[in-house]
Amino acid sequence: MEFFRIRKDIPFMRHALVFNVISLVTFLLAVFFLVNKGLHFSIEFTGGTLLEVNYAQAPDLDKLRKQMEADGFTDTQVQNFGTSRDVLIRVPLSKDAETSKVGERVMASLARVGAGGTATAGGMAADAPTLKRVEFVGPQVGKELASDGAMALLLVICGIVLYLAMRFEWRFAVSAIIANLHDVIIILGFFALFQWEFSLPVLAAVLAVLGYSVNESVVVFDRVRETFKKKRGLTTPQVLDHAITSTISRTIITHGCTQMMVTSMLVFGGPALHYFALALTIGILFGIYSSVLVASPLVMWMGVSREQFIQVKVEKQEAVV
Amino acid sequence: MNRYPLWKNSIVLVAVVLGLLYTLPNFFGEAPAVQVASVKSTHKVDAKLMAQVEDALKAASVVPQGIVLDLNSIRVRLVDTDAQIKARDVIEKALNPVAVDATYSVALNLVSNSPNWLTGIHALPMYLGLDLRGGVHFLLQVDMKGALTKRLDSIGADLRSLMRDKNIRHGGIGREGQSVVIRFREAETREKARAVLADNQPDLLLVDAQDGQDLKLMATLKPMAQTRIQEFAVKQNITTLHNRINELGVAEPVIQQQGADRIVVQLPGVQDTAKAKDILGRTATLEVRMVDDEASANPGIMEQAARGQPPMGTEYYVERGGRGLLVKKQVVLTGERLTDAQPGFDNQTHEAAVHLSLDSAGARIFKDVTRESVGKRMAILLIEKGKGEVVTAPVIRSEIGGGRVQISGRMSTMEANDVALLLRAGSLAAPMEIIEERTIGPSLGADNIAKGFQSTLWGFSAISTFMIAYYLLFGMVSVLALSANLLFLVALLSLLQATLTLPGIAAIALTLGMAIDANVLINERVREELRNGSTPQAAITAGYERAWSTILDSNVTTLIAGIALLIFGSGPIRGFAVVHCLGIMTSIFSSVVVSRAIINLIYGRRRKLEAVSIGQVWKPGLATK
Repeated sequence: MEFFRIRKDIPFMRHALVFNVISLVTFLLAVFFLVNKGLHFSIEFTGGTLLEVNYAQAPDLDKLRKQMEADGFTDTQVQNFGTSRDVLIRVPLSKDAETSKVGERVMASLARVGAGGTATAGGMAADAPTLKRVEFVGPQVGKELASDGAMALLLVICGIVLYLAMRFEWRFAVSAIIANLHDVIIILGFFALFQWEFSLPVLAAVLAVLGYSVNESVVVFDRVRETFKKKRGLTTPQVLDHAITSTISRTIITHGCTQMMVTSMLVFGGPALHYFALALTIGILFGIYSSVLVASPLVMWMGVSREQFIQVKVEKQEAVV
Repeated sequence: MNRYPLWKNSIVLVAVVLGLLYTLPNFFGEAPAVQVASVKSTHKVDAKLMAQVEDALKAASVVPQGIVLDLNSIRVRLVDTDAQIKARDVIEKALNPVAVDATYSVALNLVSNSPNWLTGIHALPMYLGLDLRGGVHFLLQVDMKGALTKRLDSIGADLRSLMRDKNIRHGGIGREGQSVVIRFREAETREKARAVLADNQPDLLLVDAQDGQDLKLMATLKPMAQTRIQEFAVKQNITTLHNRINELGVAEPVIQQQGADRIVVQLPGVQDTAKAKDILGRTATLEVRMVDDEASANPGIMEQAARGQPPMGTEYYVERGGRGLLVKKQVVLTGERLTDAQPGFDNQTHEAAVHLSLDSAGARIFKDVTRESVGKRMAILLIEKGKGEVVTAPVIRSEIGGGRVQISGRMSTMEANDVALLLRAGSLAAPMEIIEERTIGPSLGADNIAKGFQSTLWGFSAISTFMIAYYLLFGMVSVLALSANLLFLVALLSLLQATLTLPGIAAIALTLGMAIDANVLINERVREELRNGSTPQAAITAGYERAWSTILDSNVTTLIAGIALLIFGSGPIRGFAVVHCLGIMTSIFSSVVVSRAIINLIYGRRRKLEAVSIGQVWKPGLATK
């Protein structure tokens, strides 16, 4: 089998402007949604209590909501989680002192409801939910998580820029990081647009994707460097075209394989891994696009040329030994 | 020719064997076991106790599969759950003759079923996090300001009695915010007070101040003393938590300091959060009471008391060392008056001793009581779980002033350490607040394992199918390399006993999905070399060599992201990051070295290699469409 039978280098760079405009538009849209709608942070960031309960029969969510309200919980979210018999309840932080007891109070409140119309037949005991999971997060923790997340992102950016600048050239470093940060913003834009829950695993996925798509750019840049050194007489756009064309089969196969794994997580991983896998999917799809078709034109605009690698060549040989 | 030197092949072979060895325990599953741990820090779990457990089991003709002694517990492995419950009852009876006053916790647990020789080389199954095995997780914040305020309050009381002892007249002592303020009428007395304070309270920083007519001396804690008090507060709270949690009978509790002022408590298998919270918040106390010497000296009364009929107004206790004594019900002092307890040595006899510091009110009471009862015995009791134990009952030889009390006699250094710890551990040094709580039901944990396993399995199969279909034999080798990667990763996780969480399993899956990149790079390069007309052997060499620098670069960037997560991540992210970073490192080795070793084994020796099985190599020149 051979999927990619490419006779000539594909003239990607001829359309560089188009690609850059497309990514600028998606980027601006993502920023627009982020600003307008904001992220739907999980309780890990906002603080609050989360309960996952399981009923023997599918409960009437409205009844649960009403009972919760009657018991003095305002602003709670009650929704199904995975199946119709699993219910997820989010209670925001309240001012009263006993925040850590909220979980028990919610369970008491739920026990009073029973699961909808069948309550009389089965009796209360059968319809009382069983607790699968409780999470309580105090306000201090959430703030720290947000700042830690930002610090982690900053560290990743600095680390990657430094490494690429050292190994290649500053132009490559800057364009790779711009291209991939634009991925990150787009992932966040999706989460804002659809109001998907942004939790800690999603943050981990976003950072992992950042590292992963940078390595995509690295593969292309590696080829660019090699082509510059090997083939004389090619213009910069031609070199870039050649590099992208000769790595495109690998790009698509690798991403396809990674995506197979991620799809498997999306299908079999259950609700706990759902948004994690979703963030990865978006990241991988946009990663192909941005690391190849955004980073390379950026390198070109910044004026990369053959001369920059002749100097590097001497250093490199020493480094390899 | 593509041949690996012997040492390289040996490295691969050794790595694979070690990988298999350390992955092995994960397949044995778990066996029912009984775990014995000490509830009181004065009793250690040692070989003697192990012999006791063995004897008890032998007497009841329960045959254990194995008995293991580790740092703080004894684990007895048993054939089935029936034997487990019987063994628990037998051990419980042997070790804790009085059920209400248990010295050891005897809990049901699961231990790995792997054979002893594996356990002997520290090959253990992966350590599952709470989200996979179910349990309770608490993050507690120690109120550091509270610890300092508590300390300053007691310093204030100390200063009051110090001033009185030294006959220095002052206009009032009080705590204002984070400092203790002493008011004076004359500058002269203030100077005198300053000299006295400098001698007696080295932890205090003294500053002059004036408030209208009043001259003031502001005493604040030196920064060094503050850190010491705060560190001490966290440590003491951890000790207290340990003591309390032992009582819950949790098999493997985790109690760790996190950051400067936080404590993580993880109780696997515990579902009842309400009870757990109740126990975490409970207090144990110290009491000082007088011994009824006359009654204790009377054998008739003692005999009756031992049978549960002590005289009015007294209680019967057994002192450590086995002798019974009658203690008056009236409490002289409680643990609230205790500010510190440190192990040390007696100045004269050089015996091991415990030095107690009382606050000023406590010191005054102690002084009065000891003056009135020279020659009598005083009992120091530790009240735990509503049950008292006489730690020691020394004879008062002289009046004891200054709030410094020493307990000595019949103690080893070790015991002195333990008693000091126990006395300190009686109560919390600073209030704590639960700032994070997670409860995961056991069914959800098992569910999470199944889901994580399923995702990895199906993803892995999909990738394998594709790779073999697309690259034929080279694809097969890539799949073998990927399997080796999984093997190394699981072995490393088992070896390091890093906590595996659901995000950790996701990281295993993701890492495998990313690791295939290296093999795709190599295979594509080899094809490209073939396309450009290289001989198969040369194509293999060039393919691996050219791909190497790219693989390295791309893995380093992924690793940078992983390390950033490791540094700044907490909780679930940390679990993800650990696996991710380890996986990147194992993937470099397996995708480059292991796959090359296999390829060399297959093709390396053939001198006249016509073609390699890497799937169709399409050449632009000869269009075969």
